[in-house]
Amino acid sequence: MRKLILGVAASAMLAPAANAVDFDVEITNLTNGIYFTPFLAAAHTEGNNLFVTGQPASASLQAMAEGGDISGLVSDVQALGATYVANPAGGLLAPATSTTFNMNTDGTNNTRLSIVSMLLPTNDAFAGLNAITIPTEPGTYVYNVNAYDAGTEANDEILNGGGAPGVPGMPADPGGLAGTGGTGVAGTDFNTNVHIHRGSIGDSDPNGGKSDLDSSVHRWLNPVVRVTITVN
Amino acid sequence: MTKKFIKYSAGLALVSLLAACSDGLFGGNPPQTSDVQPGSALPSPQPVATFQVTVSNLTNGQPMSPAAIIAHQTGFRVFEIGAPASVALEVLAEGGNNADLLALAEDNINVITTASGAGPIPPGQSEVISFEFEERFLRNATFSVSTMLVNTNDAITGVNTINIETLEIGDSITRRGVAYDAGTEADDEMAIYIPGPAGGGEGFNAERDDQVNAVTMHTGVVTQHDGLVTSALNGQHKFDNPVIQVRIERIE
Repeated sequence: MRKLILGVAASAMLAPAANAVDFDVEITNLTNGIYFTPFLAAAHTEGNNLFVTGQPASASLQAMAEGGDISGLVSDVQALGATYVANPAGGLLAPATSTTFNMNTDGTNNTRLSIVSMLLPTNDAFAGLNAITIPTEPGTYVYNVNAYDAGTEANDEILNGGGAPGVPGMPADPGGLAGTGGTGVAGTDFNTNVHIHRGSIGDSDPNGGKSDLDSSVHRWLNPVVRVTITVN
Repeated sequence: MTKKFIKYSAGLALVSLLAACSDGLFGGNPPQTSDVQPGSALPSPQPVATFQVTVSNLTNGQPMSPAAIIAHQTGFRVFEIGAPASVALEVLAEGGNNADLLALAEDNINVITTASGAGPIPPGQSEVISFEFEERFLRNATFSVSTMLVNTNDAITGVNTINIETLEIGDSITRRGVAYDAGTEADDEMAIYIPGPAGGGEGFNAERDDQVNAVTMHTGVVTQHDGLVTSALNGQHKFDNPVIQVRIERIE
């Protein structure tokens, strides 16, 4: 009987609660003219990634990067037993705005945090926080997030509503400042693996030119998003 | 226009190397992996620390020249922001040739060992390069990686003075690096001065005709798509930071 009690106590101590953490996440759009599609924030186990630079994008990541559709990624992280929050902003996150939400990994081994969202208007740019170690000491932690190119679609910069995977063109321009009639900037990426996005080109002709983007509006430099984690 | 006529023979050799690389870049050849390049031969069995460095190109259209890897104490620096580049770094920054930088390092008392990548690293690809030295040199040991973005006039990147003193076997450190301008050549983006496949132009030239003769952050490339009609580059060659990822793991 004594042995049994000791066994129970030992297994309780070995439970993954050691890494459990209750934390708030604030996501801030740092750009001047770019909107973000619904974010997916997922706390997951070590050794998993939603994307890896230098490797091809998964079909789920491609759907997010080309059209803002996170449903595939949600299924993926559910299969991992992740603790996740989908679409915390309740829609698009406009330039210079933030969204805040809580996450709690109590009872899990979900020690890594990934956050992704597509940049609009682009062909297949996304912001990605890639499996950072969730801090466990109470305090505030700041992470700068870069823009990646999924490498899955030509950056033609043509606004035609094309958001489904494999369909060329940009799905939407929430700011309403893009033009029409562009002939297309670029063909297939030189680097068809996930890589740091080279930025958009744009032009100054709202009714033609190479691009439907405005070269003075639809630009950015990294970082494009700031994630602030507050461990409670 | 005198600058065209001063050429560096090793730089010219690299131009053909890069031309060969362009086939790999656009033809989809598999990534290249270098053989292990140990440091100088060890005279007698001494405890050795061995490191494996993975250099990854994060850009869309900028092949990187063969990497220069230098293990050193803090008394050595590849460059300092705001100070003129050494001629050896200029040779790397303008033509992608790391030989002079590695030779300069080998002559420095604060350098432990050096290693070179086997060839250019295309966008999206990685190269694994190893080096080793006697364990007794671990105290205050750091390492730096330097390479050129070859479809530019004189852009370099890498990581600098990363401490590896406390790395245990199996431990690793991953860092990302930004693009710097060596400050040794005007960023005219003309084909005759771009040694990479986008230009096929000259490499090293001793003239210093950049805005300031000092290493600074790089401002990026303009390209013909952004209106620089004389540029040999297009939108595919643009880049944003970070441009490189370097992972070092101690394996022995």
